[in-house]
Amino acid sequence: MKYYTAQINNKGNIAVDDTILVKGAITTAGSRILEGFKPLFSAEAVTRLEDKGYVISGKTNVGEFGLDLCGEFSYYSEKEDVIKGAAAELVKNGDVKAALGVDVNGSTRRAAALSDVCFLKPTYGTVSRYGVVSTAASGEQLGVYAKGVETVKEVMDVISGHDDKDGTSLKETSYNYDCNAAVSDKKVCIVKELLEKADEKTKKTVLDYAEKLKANGVKVEEISLDFFGIANTAWQILYTAETCNNVSRYDGVKYGFRAQEYKNIDELYVNSRTEGFNFLTKAVILYGSDVLSKNRYDDCYGKALKVRRIIAENMAKLFENFDAVLTPVCSKTEFNAYGIDEAFIKVFGEGVFTCVANLVGIPALSCGGVQLMGNHFAESTLLSLAGAVERMGE
Amino acid sequence: MNYEVVIGLETHVELSTESKIFCSCGGHSSPKEANDCVCPACSGMPGMLPVMNKRVIELAVTAGLMLNCEISRYTTFDKKNYYYPDLPCAYQITQLNHPICTNGCVTLKTSQGNRDVRIKQIHMEEDAGKLVHEGKFSFVDFNRTSVPLIEIVTQPDFRSAEEVLVYLNKLKSMFRSGGISECEEGAMRCDVNISVREEGSDKFGVRTEIKNMSSFEAIERAIKYEAQRHMDALEFETEELVQETRRFDDVSGKTFAMRNKETEADYRYFPDANLMPIVIDDEWLEQIKSAKPVEIDEKAQYYRDEGISEKEIEMLVTNHKLSKLLDDVVAMGCNAKDTAVWILTDCAGVLRKDGKTLNELDVTAEKLSAIIKMVDSGDINRNAGKKILIAVVEENVDPVAYCKENGLDRKVDAGAIESIIDNVIAQNPQAIEDLKNGKVKAKQALFGACMKELKGAGDVAVIKEILKAKLSNI
Repeated sequence: MKYYTAQINNKGNIAVDDTILVKGAITTAGSRILEGFKPLFSAEAVTRLEDKGYVISGKTNVGEFGLDLCGEFSYYSEKEDVIKGAAAELVKNGDVKAALGVDVNGSTRRAAALSDVCFLKPTYGTVSRYGVVSTAASGEQLGVYAKGVETVKEVMDVISGHDDKDGTSLKETSYNYDCNAAVSDKKVCIVKELLEKADEKTKKTVLDYAEKLKANGVKVEEISLDFFGIANTAWQILYTAETCNNVSRYDGVKYGFRAQEYKNIDELYVNSRTEGFNFLTKAVILYGSDVLSKNRYDDCYGKALKVRRIIAENMAKLFENFDAVLTPVCSKTEFNAYGIDEAFIKVFGEGVFTCVANLVGIPALSCGGVQLMGNHFAESTLLSLAGAVERMGE
Repeated sequence: MNYEVVIGLETHVELSTESKIFCSCGGHSSPKEANDCVCPACSGMPGMLPVMNKRVIELAVTAGLMLNCEISRYTTFDKKNYYYPDLPCAYQITQLNHPICTNGCVTLKTSQGNRDVRIKQIHMEEDAGKLVHEGKFSFVDFNRTSVPLIEIVTQPDFRSAEEVLVYLNKLKSMFRSGGISECEEGAMRCDVNISVREEGSDKFGVRTEIKNMSSFEAIERAIKYEAQRHMDALEFETEELVQETRRFDDVSGKTFAMRNKETEADYRYFPDANLMPIVIDDEWLEQIKSAKPVEIDEKAQYYRDEGISEKEIEMLVTNHKLSKLLDDVVAMGCNAKDTAVWILTDCAGVLRKDGKTLNELDVTAEKLSAIIKMVDSGDINRNAGKKILIAVVEENVDPVAYCKENGLDRKVDAGAIESIIDNVIAQNPQAIEDLKNGKVKAKQALFGACMKELKGAGDVAVIKEILKAKLSNI
């Protein structure tokens, strides 16, 4: 869906991923279960953009609840041979100035990498989650797609800052983002273990990016860190559990999709959910309800919470020595359509590159096909590093 | 063999807040139609986030202070998962790991003397909605979803139904006087855990739980029935007791086992990431402590010292609104005993005439104290005061202005009263005749006629005295 509104002083057209509510516009999060759902209010980020003179030009399709690689498993789209994210493609083609997306498990960052645009997943709590179709409340974050870091900064300046309607929103009312700060004194590390998980083409992209940083006076160092696999498992446990819980409200009773055939309330639930969710969401629900069950809780969910704390401590220590971490966003530069048999390995496996940012709430910028992660509130450092590379041109 | 009944209680109490626990919809006040007190948050729509109502925490802490609990300085919320159409999110937000209050104690005065009951914990949670069944269809009403509740869990310290009732009545009057809950019908619901053991044993017997009862009478009957069932099972081996959840059937007066499916659910509790842990610091706790109403016993004693009757004290301490009105009027310089009569007899009388109860009383302390002061100072008589009160209660007029407009403060000296009484006697020969024939009622008729002539002015005692003197001369 795409439409334009003429408006005097329009500061720019913004596309909004279908995991974010826009008042009166059908919002489905790519799922049949929310078929025809019209929200009664807009997300805070959307309202702030409209108040500042930006125009919401349309909703962009997402994979069901944003849980897939980058939009391939939406109820509303035809299967494409080559996987691309809808919002990222619109931004790349210049159809919109920027787009809003929700990052739960890296799908937005991957989409940006595959379409060669930027996506910033900001620090947890800096952008209100009011109006986000929630899956994993403890790690999901609303972020911005744009062609370059200048625009990312421009949109972030508008949408970030405290919101009373979100209990996890941080107190700061505004953040002065910067994408032109000096970077010659910065130190960046490359994680050997993550680099090894990527194919040759992706590796080269990361190493080329490192060279460009070096040309700007940035010190780049390769280090060894072995906890990304554990972090990925921990985040899988947490986000599947939270998603299982958050999508349990879609039961066919109140709104959205309801199965035609049912004899009693149990059948109404089972049939509506069986027909309404896709296989990936169902797998996430099963995974999540398993790790929350009484006899598994301590070994799975309880332990994942401890791992989250340990990883947070380790990342904090890392950021004492480095300003940013440079990694691949995903293992390949292009993904072809795949089936159910490969889905879980792909979706859960690719999470290894992106999970830490969601797990511990740090910012991550996907740009130029690579990922830069920084400490909490280090968005300006990430944007300035990327900005320096961007200004060098091809 | 002698048996001992062991009972523990879980009591849900609806809090008197202006809004729901996680959104700004009106709270306990009863909406008129189904679903006219709902918003996207409490009807479970996507995109809405729960935002904590601070007042709920303050009321829960106040309840904890009244029950001598330790107040947690760090408290968190958890999600309890289950599917039911009246639960819009398919989970209830409650407290499992860090409840707001723990380790309390309450002393009960029973016919067997004092008994201490330990409070295990108090936690906050949201209520669910309601289903309405009509023919083939079921309708969902979300007015009650997210209404704030506290659940008070005791240790198994009760030994009889009587003790349970004393406890529940104590909670009720405590919470009413403290403005924590109105404790109206249905706003207090109990789950009763019960087991029976040989007297003197320190081991617990097999425990059953009777769920969701809201009338005290039902609770008493259920406990008595269930205790007897356990004793019979132990004494005569009529059946084998199993740990299970039961419900009480009001009609048959019996308890029945509920299906296992309903009771053995795994609720998959886990922390709610949308609600940050709440930290109660010294400053906040002190604020809550200083705002906490005076303990009910202390308050009752104060009223007793002021000469207020026991019946009136009972009415006052169980109704926060009335006792506050009385306290405010007294603070403006009125006598407590008189004020109690003005509120509990006179105001109640005016309201009763209009088919209302004292709960609907809407009079400010300023207006009531103005009336009482006019009467006390002798500016008007008590009857005139009552006339003003009626106008104030029914039409919310200004008492002083009303008094002037209607001439109720007209000063009448004894001479004027005397001449009016003479007139009345002259105009009512029949009444005088009746009086001479020994009909005492005639005296009342004459007094009434005098009052009518005087239009409520004048000191009643003086009028009576002069009338009496005149009539005795006849």
